Amino acid sequence: MARMKFLCDADRCIECNACVTACKNEHEVPWGINRRRVVTINDGKPGERSVSMACMHCTDAPCAAVCPVSCFYTTADAVVLHSKDLCIGCGYCFYACPFGAPQYPRVGNFGSRGKMDKCTYCAGGPEADFSTAEYEKYGRNRLAEGKLPLCAEMCSTKSLLAGDGDIIASIYKERVMKRGYGSGAWGWKTAYKETINV
Amino acid sequence: MKNWLKTVLAVLALAFVATAPAAAQNNNFNPTKEAVKEEQLLNALKPGDRLTGRISIPDEKAASLIQPTGQEWRTFHQQKLPIIGGVAILGMLGLLALFFLVRGRIRVEGGFSGETITRFASLDRFTHWLTAGCFIVLALSGLNISFGRMVILPWLGPETFASLTALGKLAHNYLAFPFMFGIALMFVIWVRDNIPEKIDLEWLKQGGGIFSKGAHPPARRFNAGQKMVFWIVMGGGVVMSVSGWFLLFPYLAQNGVSDLQFFTSIHALLAVLFIAAMLAHIYIGSLGMEGAFDAMGTGEVDLNWAKEHHGLWVEEEQAKAKGGKVAPGAVPAE
Repeated sequence: MARMKFLCDADRCIECNACVTACKNEHEVPWGINRRRVVTINDGKPGERSVSMACMHCTDAPCAAVCPVSCFYTTADAVVLHSKDLCIGCGYCFYACPFGAPQYPRVGNFGSRGKMDKCTYCAGGPEADFSTAEYEKYGRNRLAEGKLPLCAEMCSTKSLLAGDGDIIASIYKERVMKRGYGSGAWGWKTAYKETINV
Repeated sequence: MKNWLKTVLAVLALAFVATAPAAAQNNNFNPTKEAVKEEQLLNALKPGDRLTGRISIPDEKAASLIQPTGQEWRTFHQQKLPIIGGVAILGMLGLLALFFLVRGRIRVEGGFSGETITRFASLDRFTHWLTAGCFIVLALSGLNISFGRMVILPWLGPETFASLTALGKLAHNYLAFPFMFGIALMFVIWVRDNIPEKIDLEWLKQGGGIFSKGAHPPARRFNAGQKMVFWIVMGGGVVMSVSGWFLLFPYLAQNGVSDLQFFTSIHALLAVLFIAAMLAHIYIGSLGMEGAFDAMGTGEVDLNWAKEHHGLWVEEEQAKAKGGKVAPGAVPAE
């Protein structure tokens, strides 16, 4: 089976935020929640780098490990999803996540947290595929239609790649060979415990 | 002459101009190639810090790219904390069971006299039970958050367990306030009688007399053991309240997730130690010592019990009842 991953080619990212906009629109993500965001390092200086960051769907996900109610599960495609019905909004997944992927709508007691929301790899949630309940809670389920996440599809420079880990790693390797250099696959060592050898 | 000089200068200028571009045109520098790499930045990070950049989102905290401290927090919470908690709580339960088996229930040696003396007034008892009641619920809901997944989830199944935990979390968040109020009230009404004194050393030297029959070291209203419990509760209560405050209102944390990881770790660690200490207190006040529970239960304790365990306090109270104050340690003329 495919092992789904994200790879943001930081040499190509131009910080256009198309991935952010696509995700927000497709899943009707409420105000204040940023499932995907673009972070720029050394902004304005030579050697500026932009990286599009959302849930990396880690191997041995730290969020799943620390959840007090064990609301996370990993699908057959290695996508890390969670159940908003079980979530108690404690925030532990956010403390553990190296990428800051979990987000909260701040509707809990004293204005804190509420049910956690994060990038679903456009794979919905535990509700039935294509149901209204699934759309309202988790957003669109593209993977069940056989499509890839919208952020990667909308990327203007094809810097954000999504798909089977081996395939996107080989695409990235090809680019690195052609260019003669590469920024590395950001977050891969932390998320998947591997680096791409070029 | 002028023309000759102009020609020489022109040739020199041309030579200068011709060589300059060659020096400036260093085709090897490629800003994208030389840009920072993830490895570099992560190695340069200080412990507890995170990789940040610039974002277009107004919330500055979203500017974080990678925060490696989350991995350490996970290791602490999932591996170290259960070991510390297990040793502290199960170890304490084991010690108490052992003590009960070896020493048994501490009896009133002179037997119950049938006469009673007022030990704690309504305000004392109210404060104690307010704080203690909250503590029990806070402790159980807190232990559930940290360890429930291992111990209770397999029994109840995911939906029931999640509902129970959600309820527990609400109870934990709301009962925190009466608990903090109770701690403050306890301090106000009891700090005067809990200041450490010389006779406390004597009490401690004799081990409180709990290990041997017939030993009744001196104690006033609160003996040295109780004074230790008081200060543990005050100290523990304050640390739990402060760390808990930031967990209730996470947006108050200045440094974002690093502060929250720190406060959660402190809160969880102190909690297991606090619970272990309170188990000993609960033991001695109920099962461990005959006649002790009455103090907080009805407020009236047996006179023989009071003479054996808080002799000096009984003398003070009886002298007060006769009218006039008595200096500590003074013996009435009769």
